[in-house]
Order: sequence, then structure tokens, then C-alpha cells
Amino acid sequence: MTEFLQQLLNGLSLGAVYALIALGYTMVYGVLRFINFAHSDVFMVGAFAGYYLNRWMPSDSMAGGLAILAGSMAFCALLGVVIERLAYRPLRRRSRLNVLITAIGVSLLLEYTGQFLFGAAPKPFPQLFPVRTFQFAGGLIVSTNQLAVLVLTPLLLAALHFIVLKTRFGTAMRAISFHPVAATLVGINLDRVISFTFALGSALAAAGGILYSLNYQSIDPLMGVLPGLKAFVAAVVGGIGNIPGAALGGLLLGIIETFVNGSRWSTATDAIAFALLILILLFRPAGLLGKLEVEKV
Amino acid sequence: MNAPASPLLELRGCTIRFGGLTAVSGLDLAVGERELLGLIGPNGAGKTTVFNLITGVYRPAAGNIRFAGSSLAGLRPCQIASLGIARTFQNIRLFPSMTVFDNVRVAFHLHLLSGIAHALWRGRTFRAEEESIESRVMEMLEIFRLGRHRGAAAHSLPYGDQRRLEIVRALATRPRLLLLDEPAAGMNPSEKSELMRLIRFVQERYRIAVLLVEHDMHVVRGVCQRLVVLDYGVKLAEGVPEDVLRHPKVVAAYLGEQNTPRRAPAAPAES
Amino acid sequence: MMPGRRFLLLLGAVAAGSVLSLQSHRINPYFLDVAVTVAINVILAVSLNLINGYTGQFSLGHAGFMAIGAYIAASTTMFWAPGLLPAASSPGFIGMAVFPAALLAGGLAAGLAGILVGAPSLRLKGDYLAIVTLGFGEIIRVIFRNLESVGGALGLNGIPACTNLFWTISMAALTIYAVTSMVHSTYGRGFTAVQDDEIAAEAIGINTTRYKITAFVVGAFFAGIAGGLYGHFKLSIDPRGFDFMKSIEIALMVILGGMGNTVGVIIAAILLTLLPELLRPVAEYRMMLYSFLLILLMLTCPQGLFQPRFFRRLLSPFLRGSAAPAEDPPRPA
Repeated sequence: MTEFLQQLLNGLSLGAVYALIALGYTMVYGVLRFINFAHSDVFMVGAFAGYYLNRWMPSDSMAGGLAILAGSMAFCALLGVVIERLAYRPLRRRSRLNVLITAIGVSLLLEYTGQFLFGAAPKPFPQLFPVRTFQFAGGLIVSTNQLAVLVLTPLLLAALHFIVLKTRFGTAMRAISFHPVAATLVGINLDRVISFTFALGSALAAAGGILYSLNYQSIDPLMGVLPGLKAFVAAVVGGIGNIPGAALGGLLLGIIETFVNGSRWSTATDAIAFALLILILLFRPAGLLGKLEVEKV
Repeated sequence: MNAPASPLLELRGCTIRFGGLTAVSGLDLAVGERELLGLIGPNGAGKTTVFNLITGVYRPAAGNIRFAGSSLAGLRPCQIASLGIARTFQNIRLFPSMTVFDNVRVAFHLHLLSGIAHALWRGRTFRAEEESIESRVMEMLEIFRLGRHRGAAAHSLPYGDQRRLEIVRALATRPRLLLLDEPAAGMNPSEKSELMRLIRFVQERYRIAVLLVEHDMHVVRGVCQRLVVLDYGVKLAEGVPEDVLRHPKVVAAYLGEQNTPRRAPAAPAES
Repeated sequence: MMPGRRFLLLLGAVAAGSVLSLQSHRINPYFLDVAVTVAINVILAVSLNLINGYTGQFSLGHAGFMAIGAYIAASTTMFWAPGLLPAASSPGFIGMAVFPAALLAGGLAAGLAGILVGAPSLRLKGDYLAIVTLGFGEIIRVIFRNLESVGGALGLNGIPACTNLFWTISMAALTIYAVTSMVHSTYGRGFTAVQDDEIAAEAIGINTTRYKITAFVVGAFFAGIAGGLYGHFKLSIDPRGFDFMKSIEIALMVILGGMGNTVGVIIAAILLTLLPELLRPVAEYRMMLYSFLLILLMLTCPQGLFQPRFFRRLLSPFLRGSAAPAEDPPRPA
């Protein structure tokens, strides 16, 4: 039983990180209908931003950790906006495949630039928050890092929920995802909303990057590739373009993966996400919470 | 003039719903061999949906469709095409990246004897067939005055030529029934009268039946032998054009219930 | 029976390959290595072009097919053939008789997988399909990583060195021949029709399902052969060599070459193989430069580097199908 709870806890904290990344994929997909492949590398940049911020102003207090988190989120928000501005906006009227390839290019550029600047070897990730572990009756172990994930993720999700549902930018985002042309006709500034979406998604990815690194304690320029792909899968599983769906998909995937990893099929862990993806797309192509678009003849 | 006794195409009690909307409801429709039948009705009456039902793009929730004596239930669009039903689309659907020539050539696909193996070996049979297809494509392009555009990309053609090319492509599958979905849309008066000549010519030369969806009443009157009127997915009237267009229900459907005038709808729903 | 002009070209390429191969001891081994790599990448890119470029089914799983071919072919020459014919394990026999059979086996196994991987294309399009095929490729890789009989995560070592210029050039020529022959026929225009408009294609009687699966099977078959050549060239294979970066690299060749433009894709495959070699002096910036160029290319010429019209005219006597008519200048829209 404790074993089960422990695994569930580990799964939840991994899933929470997937959810944070998945939200960025899903929001960009919602407004622009394309897979932002570079998102997984923004996640990586977020982790490195945290690493270097900590070197400048080392922190082991709660507030210091949060400041570093905020700093990294702000940096990545900017990065996301710049990427969209330089690489994606000029291609907005081109085919989606062109944009997809450009996104792959941006992803590679970030990875290789990362390898050039930070070196390819993994770096130990510092403890941003005071470290403590709590042991519960029965042997359940919870670390402050896990707590950070489990507390911060719901807070970030709530903030996102508020922004999307209650603010003007959120309303504009939703309008664009329903019908971009109609949205511009009623006076929504497409460019600004898209920039905002990228900023929001990238900030969440940065948060994901830091929370992920806190628990894995090692970062490298290619660290985003696999979590990024899996988070994308989580977004599709939940129904791409659907914000609660991304969160749900992320949690689900994190939990399933953790349990498989703990079983005797642990070597197949990396394939789980893709197997899940294929099953979902074959039997419920719109995802768990998504709606299917049908081509009109 | 009534529905043909032994029709080529027959819809019986066809119904389809999209969500809560019943797009076509209990429709009976018959097209005779070599008949020119018009299917008219106000916008949103379900005319294109009928085409999509016949060609297998949609499956009816109830009712059945028979063509040349056999049921079309459960067939894929490509199987229905192979039985001899060809169509054009309301919003032209050519193969934009292919040349005019290839757009027609690919439609000979259905009657092709050589497949992958022949294409790989490129033996005498293959080359003979390719040559005969080439000459038949050119012949058709010349008949429809598209020959000089043969090497142009299909998407670069003027609008009227694109519509014509779509008809040629449909004919290249050697259909027994041709479904035309608003072929006159976006055409000017002289193009329209040319289109009318074209439809009559096609029906005579290729000895096929034509089911025409069209808003332009001038074209409909000039071409169709018989009309079926659809409104809100239900058949309102059926018969020769003069009678049908004077039918009070039809007039009401086009012009609204309140002030039903005496005259027939001249050219309603100019969209 | 008189084969066509294309077929003679194919025979010419095979003959050239055997001459070069016999003289290969005179060629600088470095150039030899690069030449074999180029030819293998040409096979991969041209075969993917059938799926991505002509049929419009954006697949990012090509490395998976390559992996299947590599593992099956290597298993054939290393385990199965010696097991069946213990007497015939002389290197010469393996090189000339077992190896082609091994390549064929690798190709067929990959083709079979093509049916499975192609199946989602019946329901999915564009980037969704891309990600699912990528997932399939990764799953194939994970499967091999868990197969202890072929070395698991450590990979398979000691594969006989059967790949030479003759086999790679012949197979590259065969791939180009097969793909262009298929596509340049009335039958083959159906692939492009599927890419352009599936609904219109069905309406003229094209079975889009069959075409898509055919494209995947044929594309996967040649990728499998490329994998077999790769394994018997590198002499050791491991699952990491077939990850999705490899798939993306092959897809880049297709996109830069201009989707559905075989000549362009061949040139792109050659250039993209040589580019990292040429960038060796600036090794540190190499991959940064590479990805930066990629973005720049997408922004400036999204149709691919090699516009079809120019190259088609240049090479028309070799590539034009007998049935294609003369090209009129296209009219402005």
C-alpha cells in the first residue's frame, strides 16, 4: 500500500511537469494549429536559466527559490515571444508542414546552441528550495522538491485558468481558437494575442523545467527532447487545443509511466507514451476531452 | 412527367442528421437512364448533402440508395465511382499541384489494366496503354477547349476553365451518371449559356444521365427535363420545370410565406 | 519484351557500380566511406519522398523502418543463414549470395511494418500523423533495445562487411528507378491525387487507402534495404543509431529537395550528407550552423531548394515519362 502511494506520488509529480509543458503545446495549437516542436527546448532553457540565476544569486530560502523560478519564467516568456516573432510569424500563411519543419529547426538550434554554450555534459542542478524530506507512518517519503511541484503546479494552473477565462487576453485567445478570421474581424489583434500565448506557454514550460530539474537534479541541453515529446503526447491524449485536457493527459501519462517504470517492464517506459498516443488517436482521435473537426465537402 | 419506371439511380426514404439538424428527411428521388434532372431549392435545403449521400461521402441514417440495380449501402466513395457515378464539387476540387493533363489522366485510373508491376517493368503493354490514355486525354481536352492549357498547373486556370476541367475529369471516369454541383456559380451570362450548351452536349455525346444542382433558374430551365425541389431536406415538388416553378409551395419556399406573388421565381437566391 | 529507357539507365548504373566496386581499392577509403553513406542516404530520402512528397503523408518514422531492415538483414547474415547452411559460411558466399537475400529479407520485414505504421494515415493527417509515425519509430527502437538476442541496448557487433559500392549504388539506382517509374504513370499519378485532395481522389475512383498503404510499404521496403546496407557497412548497429533525429534528418532531405521532386531530393540527400563533412573544420559550430541554415531556408524558400521546373528541364531526357506531354508555360492565376 505504501509502495502504491509512493509510486502514485512520484507519478503525480512527474505528471504535473508533463502537464505544465503540455499546456504550452495545447495553447499554441489552439491559436495557430501547429505543433511547436521548439517548446521542449524552451523547457530546457528554463532549467538552464534557473541554473545560472542560482549561480548569480544563490538561494536556499523559499523566497529566493521562488524569485529564481519567476526570473526563469520571465526569461523564457521573452524567448518564446522572440521565437514566434522571428521564426513563425513570417510563415503564418504558409503550409503547416513548413511551420512544423521550421519549429524542428528552432528546436535543433536551441539544442545545439545549448551544447555550445553550456557544454554537452550534464550539470548538477542546485537545490533552489530548502531541502527536507518528510517520512510518514508506513514509510511514505515526500521531499520538499516533490511538495514544490505538487503545490506550485496547481497554483500555476489556477492562474492560467483565471487568465484564459476571466481576462481580455484569455477571451481573445479563445476567440482566435474558435475562428481566427472572425476574431480579427471583431478587432482582436492577432499578433499580440499570439505573442501573449507564446509568452504564457513558454513561462509554464520554464516552470516545468525547473520543477523537473529539482527532482532529477541533472540538466543537459538535450534534456527537453523526451519530456517534450511525452508532454506533447499528453496534450494529444487530453485533446489538443483543450486546456483542462492537457493537464489531465499530463497527470495520466506521468502516473502510468511511473507505475510501468516500477514494474518489470521498466525498459519499455519510453515506449508507453507513444503506445498510448497511437491507441488514443486510433480509437478516440479527438483525445479524451477534445472535439473532432470534420472537413466540409 | 413523372419519375422513371426503372430508374438508374433511386433513393428511397433517405434521411441524414447532423447533430440535431435533419439535413435530409425521408427523401425519395429517382434519376432515369440518360435523364437530365435538376435538383433545386433555397440555400441550405440539403442539395449538396444529397450528392454526398449518393457518392458515399456520408452514410444515410435511414433509407437506401440503389444504382443500376445494386445497393450502394456501405460502399466507399471510390467504389461508388467505379460503379459509374462521377461528380463535381460546389467549391471546385481539382488536384491543384497537377497539370491540367494529369488531372484528366489520373481519372482514367478506374479503367487501367496495368498497375504497379507494369509501371515498374514498363513493357510494351504498359507503354501502349499509356499512349492510348494520352491520346484519349488530349482528345477530351480538345473537345472541351482546354487543349492549349494541358501543361499548366490546374490551380492557375481561370475560374470558368477550372469548372470545365472538373467536368472533363469526371467524364474521364466514364460514368453513367454525372452529378454537377452548382456548375454555373460565379459565371457571367455568356459563360452560363456556354455551360448550358456544354451540359446538353455531354449528356448526348456520352449518353449519360445528369443530376444538376443549380441556383440559376435560367440554366435549370434551359437544361433540365424534370425538376425536384428540396426545402429543409424535404421534397416539395417534382415534375416538368414550368409546372414545378409555378407550384405555390415552391414559390413560397423561395420568396417567403407572407406575400406569395403569382409569378414564378425568375432567378431567386442570387448568391 | 523490350524494357523501357529507364530500365537501361538502371542497368547502366548497376554496371557503373560494379566497375567502381572492382576498382574500389584504388579509391581513398575516406571518400569510399562518404560515397557509401551518400548512397544510403539517397535510398532513404528517395523512398521517404514517395510517402511524404508524392503521397503527402508526412511520416517521421523512417528510421524505424531502417532499423528493422538493419536488424533483420544482420540477423540473416550472422545467425539464420549460417544456421541453415553451415557449409556455406565462407565470406565470399555470404557476400555474394546471402547478402542480397539478407537485404531482401530486411526490406520485406520493413515493408510489412509499413502496413502497420501506414494504418494511422487512414485517419490522421499532417502533424498528427507526423507525431504518430515518430512514435512508431521510437517504439520499434525500444523493441530492439529490449531484444537481448540482437544485443539489446549494447547493439549488434561483428556484422560481416558485405556492403560495397556495387551494392549501394545498385540499390540506390533501383530505388530511384522504382519510385520514379511508379510515380510517372497513370497509375502513379494517383499518389499525387491523394496528396492534393483525398475527397476528389475518391470521387474519381481512387482507393486512397490502398494508395497510402502502398506508399508506406514501398517506402518502408527501400528504407529496410538501406538499413541492411548500413548495418553491413558500419559492422555494428545499436538502437540509438535509429532514433527520431535520424528520421528528421531524412525528412529534411525530402523537404529541402522539394517534396515530390526526386531529382531535388537526391541532390539534397547528397548535400546534406556532405555538409557535415564540409563543416568539419568548424566542428564546434557545425550543428548550430546546420539548424540555422534550415530555419533560414524554410523562411526564404519554403518550396525546397531545388525548384522542379529548372531541374526537370535540365534532366528531361533522363527522367521524363514517355506519356508526359510538352510543358506549356504556366498561365498567371
